[in-house]
Amino acid sequence: MKHPITWLMVMAVLLAALPWMLGANAVDKLTSLFILMLLASTWGLLAGQAGLVSVGQQAFFGLGAYFALRLVDGGWSAYPSLLAGAIGAAFVAWVLSFFVLRLKDGEFAIATWVVAEVIRILVMLDPLVQGETGTSLLALNQVDPDLRRNIGFWMSLGSLVFMVGLTVWLLRSAVGTATRAMGEDDEAAASLGVQVMPTRRRVYVLASLGAALAGVAWLASAITFLPRTNFGVQWSVLMLFMALVGGLRSQWGPLLGALLLFALQESLGHLGAWYLAGLGAVAMVFALWLPRGLAGLWDDWRARRTAPSLTTTTPSITQLSRSTTP
Amino acid sequence: MIDALIQGTLLGGYYAVLAAGLSLMFGVLRIINLAHGDLAMVGAFAVLWLVGLGWSTWLAVLVTLPAMGVVGMGLQQWVLARTLRAGVLLPLLVTMGLGALIQNGLYGVFGSEARSLANALGELSWASWVLPGDIVVGQLPVLTLVLGVAVLAGLQLVLRHTRLGRSIRAASADSEAAALCGIDAAQVHRAAAAISVGLAALAGAMLATRATIEPYGGPLLLIMAFEAVVIGGIGSIWGTLLGGILLGLAQSLGALVSPHGFYLGGHLLFLAVLGGRLWSQYRHGLGLTIWPVRQRSRVVEVQP
Repeated sequence: MKHPITWLMVMAVLLAALPWMLGANAVDKLTSLFILMLLASTWGLLAGQAGLVSVGQQAFFGLGAYFALRLVDGGWSAYPSLLAGAIGAAFVAWVLSFFVLRLKDGEFAIATWVVAEVIRILVMLDPLVQGETGTSLLALNQVDPDLRRNIGFWMSLGSLVFMVGLTVWLLRSAVGTATRAMGEDDEAAASLGVQVMPTRRRVYVLASLGAALAGVAWLASAITFLPRTNFGVQWSVLMLFMALVGGLRSQWGPLLGALLLFALQESLGHLGAWYLAGLGAVAMVFALWLPRGLAGLWDDWRARRTAPSLTTTTPSITQLSRSTTP
Repeated sequence: MIDALIQGTLLGGYYAVLAAGLSLMFGVLRIINLAHGDLAMVGAFAVLWLVGLGWSTWLAVLVTLPAMGVVGMGLQQWVLARTLRAGVLLPLLVTMGLGALIQNGLYGVFGSEARSLANALGELSWASWVLPGDIVVGQLPVLTLVLGVAVLAGLQLVLRHTRLGRSIRAASADSEAAALCGIDAAQVHRAAAAISVGLAALAGAMLATRATIEPYGGPLLLIMAFEAVVIGGIGSIWGTLLGGILLGLAQSLGALVSPHGFYLGGHLLFLAVLGGRLWSQYRHGLGLTIWPVRQRSRVVEVQP
């Protein structure tokens, strides 16, 4: 039971049984929580581990859903289309990676955003989507509502477990070491023999697959597809919040951040714009004073407990050290 | 067609002012301020608010610009300065969070209603000149372009000939060497941030005179500013003006093709310029010229 992937499997099997115990509302809520976790963990992988701050992951969130709609329109049945849509979006990410991954830092951030905008505009030109109006995955209306809700739940849970498992496995492999080295300093990593481009590409495509899976799971439960919502930059802001507050450099931190965001959404979401402004402010506070996030606080607390005699200094912003929790 | 070309060129002045602030901040602080467009929106809403109180538009702009400069100084002093030494990740995250804070804060205060300064400007907002050949040119866009060029020229003079300008240029060329020569880096950074945010506010006011503004419009402004900077080349004020004009042209021509084409045209030009730059870097890395064709002709020359 020591290996995290074993843990993950046990958790997944237990969680998968929940739809038989909970009401419809709770299942819907958990589905959206899993989607948030999926987004947070893949963005954390991209920004925290590989140092690639993207403002354009919503491109794949929307594109997976769009491809699925296109396939359904072409005569495929709904659920295989959703899966194929996500894989199609990941393929687009692979093609784009040859261009965007050559850009650095801020340029990468904004170029990915512009690419997402271009994709959104092109999708809106498709008559199927009807511009701003959007469309719906009507094929899903034929499925019994309860079954549909449960399938949506299992889809998001399955995607989450698959992506987290893959990330855990990847980060424990040589690729993970290379990724972390590259995230610290890509030139130093390259001089030590890390294959920067292939490593970056793997992480980028994987993170984009995660965003696309989240997008199709979202479509499967929301059914409607609105270009402005599905391709909205607000997804990137939420990803930033979850990953940053949870702990960018830690693997489990972003999941914690997603849980926090979910709790905030449930309790304060009715405040509307002021709630979202608060999220921005909290993200700033964490970036300035707690750049290692909640996972960093947890590490400090554990370090203080194991060595009570040592007075631990508060981590300064210049020491953005890696979280010790795996 | 000619009309689109003129409209595009006239847009250039506004984009150049918007982009110059972003470019200056990047040049001196090495920060890409993801909240730049949102700060422009704050400037625009501040002007609108003052005009709503009964002030004249010009007075409102004149008061807003220095006030936003002070905001920029404070932003640098208390927020950005803390992130400077922590690598490239944190400034991006902090300014992205700031952007979300500003957008939703503006929405919370002013609501979703789209607003414009057009009413306050009265006749100026629709007055136009008719050029030979029945080409109609709005007075306001021309005024905006002239004002934009004048502001950029003023900025250029300040950077060239004043003590502060020399310090800013020194700090952006090599901040450590500048510090060794006795330049107070913190002061230079504050000044650059103040100018940058002031320019953003001016651009926001310019936008409000000719179009409607809304709280969530900032991110699009940031994209436009960044595109103008990249198209024109980083680090030159007149390059930024050229970038702004080219961006305006690409958008106006795009709008001729399709209603969605306005932004698409600008985005595609930006991606093409970025792609071209990467391609030339790649070819230089291989020790080749940019175009494969020219390379072949050189080989032919060598053979005899």
